Amino acid sequence: MSLTLIGRLSLPLRSRRSLNPAAVPRAAVRWSSSISQRPGSDRVRFPGAVNSKFTTDMKFINPADSPDIPTFRVIDSDGVPVDKNRGKPKVSNEEILTWYKNMLTVSVMDVIMFEAQRQGRLSFYMVSAGEEGISVGTAAALTPDDVVFAQYRETGVYQQRGFTLKDFMSQLFANRNDSGKGRNMPVHYGSNYPRNHTISSPLATQIPHASGAAYGLKLQSLQNPNIPSRIVACYFGEGAASEGDFHAGLNIAATRGCPVVFVCRNNGYAISTPTLEQYRGDGIASRGVGYGIDTIRVDGNDIFAVHEAMQEARRIALTDGGKPVLIEAMSYRVSHHSTSDDSFAYRARVEVEDWKRRDNPIIRLRKYLENEGLWNEDVERDTRDQMRKAVLTEFGAAEREKKPPIREAFNGTYDELTEEAQAQMKELKRILEAYPGEYDLRPFEEGIKGL
Amino acid sequence: MPPLRASFRLFRSPRRLYATSAPSTARLNLPVDYKSTPLLHHTSSNLSSALNLPASTTSQPINLYQAINSALRTSLSNDDSVILFGEDVAFGGVFRCSMNLQTEFGSDRVFNTPLTEQGIAGFAVGAAAAGLKPVAEIQFADYVFPAFDQVVNEAAKFRYREGATGVNAGGMVMRMPCGAVGHGALYHTQSPEALFAHVPGVQVVIPRSPTQAKGLLLSAILESNNPVIFMEPKILYRAAVEHVPNESYTLPLNKAEVVKPGKDLTIVSYGQPLYLCSSAISAIEKEMPGVNIELIDLRTIYPWDRPTVLDSVKKTGRAVVVHESMINYGVGAEVAATVQDGAFLRLEAPVKRVAGWSTHTGLTYEKFIMPDVVRIYDAIKQTLNY
Repeated sequence: MSLTLIGRLSLPLRSRRSLNPAAVPRAAVRWSSSISQRPGSDRVRFPGAVNSKFTTDMKFINPADSPDIPTFRVIDSDGVPVDKNRGKPKVSNEEILTWYKNMLTVSVMDVIMFEAQRQGRLSFYMVSAGEEGISVGTAAALTPDDVVFAQYRETGVYQQRGFTLKDFMSQLFANRNDSGKGRNMPVHYGSNYPRNHTISSPLATQIPHASGAAYGLKLQSLQNPNIPSRIVACYFGEGAASEGDFHAGLNIAATRGCPVVFVCRNNGYAISTPTLEQYRGDGIASRGVGYGIDTIRVDGNDIFAVHEAMQEARRIALTDGGKPVLIEAMSYRVSHHSTSDDSFAYRARVEVEDWKRRDNPIIRLRKYLENEGLWNEDVERDTRDQMRKAVLTEFGAAEREKKPPIREAFNGTYDELTEEAQAQMKELKRILEAYPGEYDLRPFEEGIKGL
Repeated sequence: MPPLRASFRLFRSPRRLYATSAPSTARLNLPVDYKSTPLLHHTSSNLSSALNLPASTTSQPINLYQAINSALRTSLSNDDSVILFGEDVAFGGVFRCSMNLQTEFGSDRVFNTPLTEQGIAGFAVGAAAAGLKPVAEIQFADYVFPAFDQVVNEAAKFRYREGATGVNAGGMVMRMPCGAVGHGALYHTQSPEALFAHVPGVQVVIPRSPTQAKGLLLSAILESNNPVIFMEPKILYRAAVEHVPNESYTLPLNKAEVVKPGKDLTIVSYGQPLYLCSSAISAIEKEMPGVNIELIDLRTIYPWDRPTVLDSVKKTGRAVVVHESMINYGVGAEVAATVQDGAFLRLEAPVKRVAGWSTHTGLTYEKFIMPDVVRIYDAIKQTLNY
């Protein structure tokens, strides 16, 4: 009996040729590509390309023949609106000042924490110098119900979405107030609402997550009209865009109509690798077009351009039942990659200094504010002093705070502790009790009882 | 079977079909007779009591793919947040597991994805994080490796790293056909359960029968708050037919099942090899009157039911572990080490592992590579006579 059954269990290889067409149920199939070729038509009706014109001109498409995708900007590097006919940006002065202060906060915190890591008071840090405008400008276009998946250089997104200095410091010092319960490396921030998913180190993995989550939000709104339409914003660098997950995530988002805005921070480097060794196409934006995704390239140092593009991207993402959008925000990574990196090993100090002097999202917005009479040197100095003090206060408090109880090393692996985990916790407790001089339990809440 | 034999006799042809039959001299390595194996419910009589279902429960004989289909249909009906996707699932799936589900539940909830396993897994993680219960299909377990990063670094660690935010990817289930099928060669044969069992944060489940498949899959989709890797022995899709309750029921994901009680030796296995174990046990018990062998179905490969296995070995003093996937660093290694650690003073023989050899499954060599009734029979004998 079994023999005949085994024989009948055909193994379809992944080419669909081995499928028995007779077994295909009729009702469930949508024949999207069954339009037959019209006689005399000037275009091809292959199922894989339904609107391609015939040509007798045998010509390869050379990417170099097309002009580069232009970069959208609103103000120039002196903070002056480029197109006088556009009028002033449609944002209140109050909001613009909030953006400025949020960028400044990130920048002030970055300097202090970078130095703290150098002094060995923190295990690791990553600054976002030069990219504060991208983070703050895009996040300002989101609602609190929107969901964010970030890479790690988007501190401004967290700042703009309500993260406090205490939240940042608790995470950086992995203390008992850390939302990640002391489990993640520094800069891997997360929060439930507004939902900023906790950052994970593997690059680009969050891109297909963003597509899946956006599909989830879309389906929930379809099933329950009382749930407002929401989008997912997904951030990544131009280096991460070389991962397979970038391809997978954008392609699925397009085929499933997911309301997700992909924000690529193209800052010229992935650690030491310059973009010339990362790709040979026209940046990341040119790829969005290939996936059938609405795409724009913006000047990442121009917070007005970034914000306006993100607002429009959000609107587009929610049209036609939902669809993805790609924003490539151009910038320059002014800082080292991380505290574990000395970038002068692979790029000239003068190049960095030049960028610092030439253009920067904070200085550009400051010039705009000064032109408008909304800011001046004195306010700048006072604000920076206050911010420094606030950061240092929270820094000290977070550093002194207890670490979470040791049981948190085991909790959260599954929804409940397994029998195996319980046995291992018991064994660890026995070890800690038998060798008390070998472990410092004082920093941990509840000490040995925390297990 | 009868027509196949008849044609061989008729033409006296030296030709063999690719799934060759056993030589006429075989006494142990006979094809599994799924119609008479004690591992399947051939009638509905004791089904309701075995599964703790009300006596009014009705059932019908269905095979494993139909049981999967039934579990998927029940899940989609009971919970709006369940979605089903993967390569070619919309028309019913290449193994027919998702037959008619798109017609019934719409293309928003049952749909094809582009051909990308890392994308399918990542999409499932994101959908689960948004509160859905995604059931993702990987067409063959052999093609899960592009998704390995998404399972190991993302799905498994999601709850742990999110910590106090309370967000997790526990709603997701990844189904995949696994195991040998007679002619699957290198890439339609593998069982990568041991690779996933090394990953804290995911549950790894393998059913042995239609009843189990339905109950365990319903648990995985509707009740489990952890990401579940659900591996379906594809050789059983059509072969294993038994009475399965029509109504919804679940089976626990943390319990092994003592399939047959015994006192002299414990066999631990899961999935299709359980049928081979059962045949080997019958042969031994017939040959050695008084010998009584206990058979345990792990069902959940990880986190696994260590107490049930340890209790059994403490009673019998002897253990054999059987699985298809390679012996090196396989599930058997973990079971044997745990038994050695937890039942050392009761052991009367070394724990024996019967598993696939540490090679690839070359097309024509499958029957020499996979554990068969002979090797299980021999391991039992050696362990009993040690």
